Amino acid sequence: MSEAPREIPGILAGLVATAKRDLLLAWKRPGDVLNPLFFFAMVCTLFPLAVGPSAEQLEFSGPGVLWVAALLATLLSLNSLFITDFEDGSLDQLLVSPQPLPILVLGKTLAHWLTSGLPLVFVSPILAITYRMPLSVVGVMMLTLALGTISLSLLGSIGAALTVGLHRGTALLSLLILPLAMPIMILGANAVSLAASNDIYSTGIWALGAYAIASLSLAPYATAAALRISNE
Amino acid sequence: MTHKLSGDNLTLIRGERCLFQDLSFALESGGLLILEGRNGCGKTSLIRAIAGMLSLEEGTVYWDNEPVDNQRQVFHGALVWLAHRTGLKGDLTLVENLGFEHALRAHSKRDPEEVYERLGIARLKKLILRSLSAGQQRRVALARMLLADVPLWFMDEPFTNLDREGRQLVMELVEEHCATGGMCVMAAHQDVEIDAPTTKVRIQ
Repeated sequence: MSEAPREIPGILAGLVATAKRDLLLAWKRPGDVLNPLFFFAMVCTLFPLAVGPSAEQLEFSGPGVLWVAALLATLLSLNSLFITDFEDGSLDQLLVSPQPLPILVLGKTLAHWLTSGLPLVFVSPILAITYRMPLSVVGVMMLTLALGTISLSLLGSIGAALTVGLHRGTALLSLLILPLAMPIMILGANAVSLAASNDIYSTGIWALGAYAIASLSLAPYATAAALRISNE
Repeated sequence: MTHKLSGDNLTLIRGERCLFQDLSFALESGGLLILEGRNGCGKTSLIRAIAGMLSLEEGTVYWDNEPVDNQRQVFHGALVWLAHRTGLKGDLTLVENLGFEHALRAHSKRDPEEVYERLGIARLKKLILRSLSAGQQRRVALARMLLADVPLWFMDEPFTNLDREGRQLVMELVEEHCATGGMCVMAAHQDVEIDAPTTKVRIQ
C-alpha cells in the first residue's frame, strides 16, 4: 500500500470508461442492439401494408408512425439498461466507485443512446422512403429523432433505475416514462409534419433541443439517486 | 498513514424487523473486523450499510473520524468491495474487466502480471469470464481487489466457491494486507483463521 494519497482519475475518465465498457458489451452481444432496431423497422414497414398504399395517406401518417415506432423501440431497449449490472453485481461496484455516480450513469446512458437511439436515426431515412417523404423532410426527421432519442435515453434511465430491483418491471417502466416521453413524441412528429407541409418547423426543433439539454443536466442525478434507492 | 473506520450506534430496520440496534465498532489500520451470524441475520445488510450502500435508520459510520456521508468520494476511493456477485462481466475478458476498474481508480503501483501469477489466473487472461469456473471468477475478483491497492477491504462471504487452496489464499492475502497496514471488514459464517488483530461483531 502506498503512503501518499493517490489522485483519482478525473470524471471524464470515468464517463469514457463506463461508456466504453458498455459499447464493448454491446459489440459482443449484438442481439441486444439489433432487437429494438428490428422492431422499429418492422412496425414502420408493416403499417403501410395494413392501411393501404394510398400516397396521400402515407404522406400524412408517416411522421407519426415513425415517431411512435421510435418511442416504443427505445422503451423496449431501456429495460436492459441496468438489469444485467444489477444481476452480476457490477451495479454494487458502481455504487462504491470513487467516481461520482451521476457521471458513471451518464456514461452508461451515452452508450445506450449510441447503441439504440443513433442506429434508429440512421435507419429512419430508409423507412421514410416507404412513406414518400421528400429528402428535405427526411433531414428534419433525422434531426428530431436524434434530439428526441437523447432525451428518451436520459429520461428512460430514471425509470430503468427505479424499476431495476423489480423483476419484470417493463410495464411499470413504460408507465413511468410515457408521461415524460409523450411531449417529445408530439413535438417531434409535429415538427416533421410541419416541415412536410412547408410550414415553419424550427419551434419544435428548439423545444426538442431544450428538452434534451434539460434532461442531460438533470436526469443523471435523478438516475443516480434512483439507483441508490432501488439498491437498498 | 493510518486510518480508522468506526460505526456509532448503528440501527437498521427492514420492514417490521429490526436487524441490529445500537451496534458500534471501531477498526484501525492493521485490523480485521469479522461480522458473524446465522444465515439471513443481516450480515450482508450490515456490511452494505457500512460501505454506504444502505442508509441506516440511526447511527453514523465514520472514516478517519469524519462521517462518510460528508466525504463519500474519499471513502469510496479508499475501499474495494467483494461480494457474492463478483461484479465482473461474463462477456468480457479478464483484462477488459480489470481494465475498466483500473480506469476508475487511482493508479496503483502493483504489477498486474505479478498479481495474476500469484492468484493462478495468468493463463486465463485472454478468455471471456463466462467460460471460467465460479472459483476462477472469484479469483479474478480477488485480483481486482489487490490491484485496487486501497487500505480498506470489504468482503462479503469471501470463501464462496473457492477450493481449500483458494480459501487458504484468501486468508493469506488478508493477513498480508493487515500486516502492511491495511484493514478488512469481512462477513463470514465459517470459521476464519487469520492472524491479525481481530474484532468480532455478532449479530443476533
